[in-house]
Amino acid sequence: MTTITLSKCTIDSLIEICAKHGNQTGELINILHEAQGQLGYLPREVQEVIAKQLNIPVSRVYGVVTFYSFFTMTPKGKHPISVCMGTACYVRGSEKVLDEFKRRLNVNVGDVTPDGRFSLGSLRCVGACGLAPVALVGDKVYGRVTVADVDKILKEYDDKE
Amino acid sequence: MSYKMHVLVCGGTGCRASNSLGIIAKLEEALKENNLAGEVQVIATGCFGFCEQGPIVKIMPDNTFYTRVTPNDAAEIVKEHIIKGRKVERLLYKDPKQQASVSDSRHMGFYQKQLRVALRNCGFIDPENIEEYISRDGYAALAKCVSEMTPQEVVNEIKLSGLRGRGGGGFPTGLKWEFASKYQSDQKYVVCNADEGDPGAFMDRSIMEGDPHSVIEAMAICGYSIGASKGLVYIRAEYPLAIQRLKIALQQAREYGLLGEGILGSDFSFSIELRYGAGAFVCGEETALIHSMEGARGEPTMKPPFPAEAGYLNRPTNVNNVETLANIPVIITKGANWFNKIGTERSKGTKVFALAGKINNVGLIEVPMGTTLREVIYEIGGGIKHGKRFKAVQTGGPSGGCLTEKHLDVPIDFDNLLASGSMMGSGGMIVMDEDDCMVAVAKFYLDFTVEESCGKCTPCRVGNKRLYEILDKISRGNGEMEDIDRLRNLGKVIKDTALCGLGQTSPNPVLSTLDNFLDEYLVHINARKCPAGRCKELLSYVIDPQLCIGCTLCMRTCPTEAIIGERKVPHTIDTDKCIKCGTCVEKCKFKAISVR
Repeated sequence: MTTITLSKCTIDSLIEICAKHGNQTGELINILHEAQGQLGYLPREVQEVIAKQLNIPVSRVYGVVTFYSFFTMTPKGKHPISVCMGTACYVRGSEKVLDEFKRRLNVNVGDVTPDGRFSLGSLRCVGACGLAPVALVGDKVYGRVTVADVDKILKEYDDKE
Repeated sequence: MSYKMHVLVCGGTGCRASNSLGIIAKLEEALKENNLAGEVQVIATGCFGFCEQGPIVKIMPDNTFYTRVTPNDAAEIVKEHIIKGRKVERLLYKDPKQQASVSDSRHMGFYQKQLRVALRNCGFIDPENIEEYISRDGYAALAKCVSEMTPQEVVNEIKLSGLRGRGGGGFPTGLKWEFASKYQSDQKYVVCNADEGDPGAFMDRSIMEGDPHSVIEAMAICGYSIGASKGLVYIRAEYPLAIQRLKIALQQAREYGLLGEGILGSDFSFSIELRYGAGAFVCGEETALIHSMEGARGEPTMKPPFPAEAGYLNRPTNVNNVETLANIPVIITKGANWFNKIGTERSKGTKVFALAGKINNVGLIEVPMGTTLREVIYEIGGGIKHGKRFKAVQTGGPSGGCLTEKHLDVPIDFDNLLASGSMMGSGGMIVMDEDDCMVAVAKFYLDFTVEESCGKCTPCRVGNKRLYEILDKISRGNGEMEDIDRLRNLGKVIKDTALCGLGQTSPNPVLSTLDNFLDEYLVHINARKCPAGRCKELLSYVIDPQLCIGCTLCMRTCPTEAIIGERKVPHTIDTDKCIKCGTCVEKCKFKAISVR
C-alpha cells in the first residue's frame, strides 16, 4: 500500500469535522460522510486521524469504512462512471452496458483508468427505472443506454480533459 | 395572489434525470414573455408515478397530462394550451390499446385501477411548501391526536385499522406501537427506516421527495402515542433530493410550531434529526439499522430484546418504514374504520409497488390489497413490452421469489404472496419476459446477497457464497444433476439457521425458481444450453447466409469488429472476437443473426 502524507490543512479540517460532531463515536458515520465529501475518498491516513480524535482504535474506523459500500479507500476518476445494476436495469440489459464500459476503458469495476480520467463502478438503483438501463457519469444521468451508446458517451468527455 | 392555472411539472428523481428542471425554466421564461407569470404558476411536484412516460407536465384545473415533454416543448405548451386553450395533441398520452390520445389522467388505464392513499399528495403538491400540505388536511391528524385523543386511543386506532408494516415483514403496526408504549424509560425514540435498499424499489424515496411532511407528521403522532420526544430518520446518503426536501420540510415544520416544544399548544414536544446510511442492504433490518445509527457496523443482533424494549442507545425504540408512516395521518383523519374497509381480510389498505422491468408502463403504482397480478401487469402496467410473452414477476426483491403465469389471478396480499413462495417485501415488482433466464436471475440476486451479507453468521456468509458458486457453475454449462439437490438442501439450511431476515430469506430467489422453472435448470445442466439466450457462456451468435444480404450495418456497429465480410456478400462472425453483446441482433433488419 502506498503511503501518502496528509497536508497540515487536511489534518486540521479533519480535526474540525470531528470536533463539530463532539468527537463522539456515535457520530462516526456522519464524520466519515463529511470527510469523504471533502477529500473524495478515505485513505488509511485519514482514518488514523479520525480514530485518534475519537479516541477509538483505527480498526474500528476501518471496520466501518469497509462495511459500507458508500465509503471508498481509493480515489475516483475525474469522471466517475456508474452503471445501475438494480434489478430493473439488469433485466433491461445493464450488464452488457457495464461489460462494454469495462472493455472500452480496459478497467474492472472499482478501478480507475491509468490516466485518472475515468473510474468505473456499479450501483444499485438510482430509482430512474423508467429510463432503464441507466448509467451515470458524474451527476449526469444517461437513460435507455445501449451497448452502442457507450462509445458516444465516452466521446462526450474527450474534450473535457 | 391567486393563480388561474397551475402547471405541475414532475420534480422526482426519474423525471429530473430527463431534464424536468430545464422544462420548468423554459416554461417560466415563456410565461414571462407573454406576461402570464402572475396568472399561471409553475410548480415542481413529487413523482406522478408514470415514469415510463416522463417527464410529465400536468395542467390544472383541466387535468391535461402531457408526456415525454422536453424543454423545447415549453413555448408551444404556453402558446397553444395556456393562451389559446388548445391541447398540444402530439404530447398527449396515446393509449396503446385504443390508439387514441387521452388527455385526462383520470381516464388512463394506468391510473384507473389505482387508489392512492400513501401517495395521496405525490404529484399534487409542491413538496417544498408546507402550506400546500396543510391545505390538503396536512397536520390535521397530529392536531386531532394532541388535542382530542389520549396516547392509548391513538394506539388503539392504529391497531383497529389493521395496518401492517410496509417494509417487508408485514408486522401489525399498532401492536408494535403498543409494545413500545408499554416500556418505561427516561427517553424513547421513533425511527423512520428510509434506507430503501431493495434494488428496483423506489416508493419510499418518492414519498420523501413528493410528500415529506406526511412522514414527519406520522413520526410525531407515533411519538405522542408511545411517549417519545425524539425522532430519527435513517436515510440513504444516495438520495440527495429526498434528503434536501426532508431538511426543508423539517425546517418549515419547526417554524410553524408543528415540531419542537409544546406542539399546537399541548404539552407534547417532539424533534426529528436525520441520520445517514452509507449503502448497506442489511441496515433495513431494524437491529442492524440501530447499530448503524450508533456509528457502528450495521450488523444485526438476536431478538429478543426487541427494539421496543432496548433499541437505539438501549432505549425503547419504534422503527417504521416510510410507506407505513405515510398511511398514519389518513388513518387518524378518516378513521380506522375507513381504512380497514380497503383491502383483504388480513391485509388492510393499499400497497405501493415499483413496477419495472419488461413492462410497458414502468412506474410507481398504488393499489388496494387484493388486486390481482393480472390487473397490475396487464391493466395498469399495459402488458409486456414489445408484445413478448410474460414469463415471471419477481416480488420482494432479493428476499422474494418469482411468480408465474399460474399466480396471475392470486389477489395480492401479505399472506397470499408468502403462500405462493414469494413475499411482499418493500414492493419491488420486476416483470420478466421470455428473454429472461431464471438461472441468471437467481444468480443475479445471489450475487447481490453475497455482496450485502454482513458476514456475522456463517449460514449467510458462507452458505450464500456456495449457492452462488453452484448457480454460476450451472450458468456456465458445468452443472450436474446433483446440484439441484445441493441447492435445495443448502437453501433450506440457510433459511432455518441464518441470524436475521436478510439471511433467512436470501435463498428464496433460488428456491422459487427451482420450484417454478425446474425445466430451465435441467436444460442448462443436461443440454448445456440457455433457452432464454442470456447465459453468455452457453451462446454463440450465427449469421444465416440465406437471410443476410450483406448490408454491412452489423459490421459497422459491432464494437469489437468481430463481423467479417464485404458489401452484398453474406457476413460471418469471428467467434473469438465476439463478446456476445447482442448489438448486431438488434441492428439487423433482416433477422439474419440468431443466438444458439
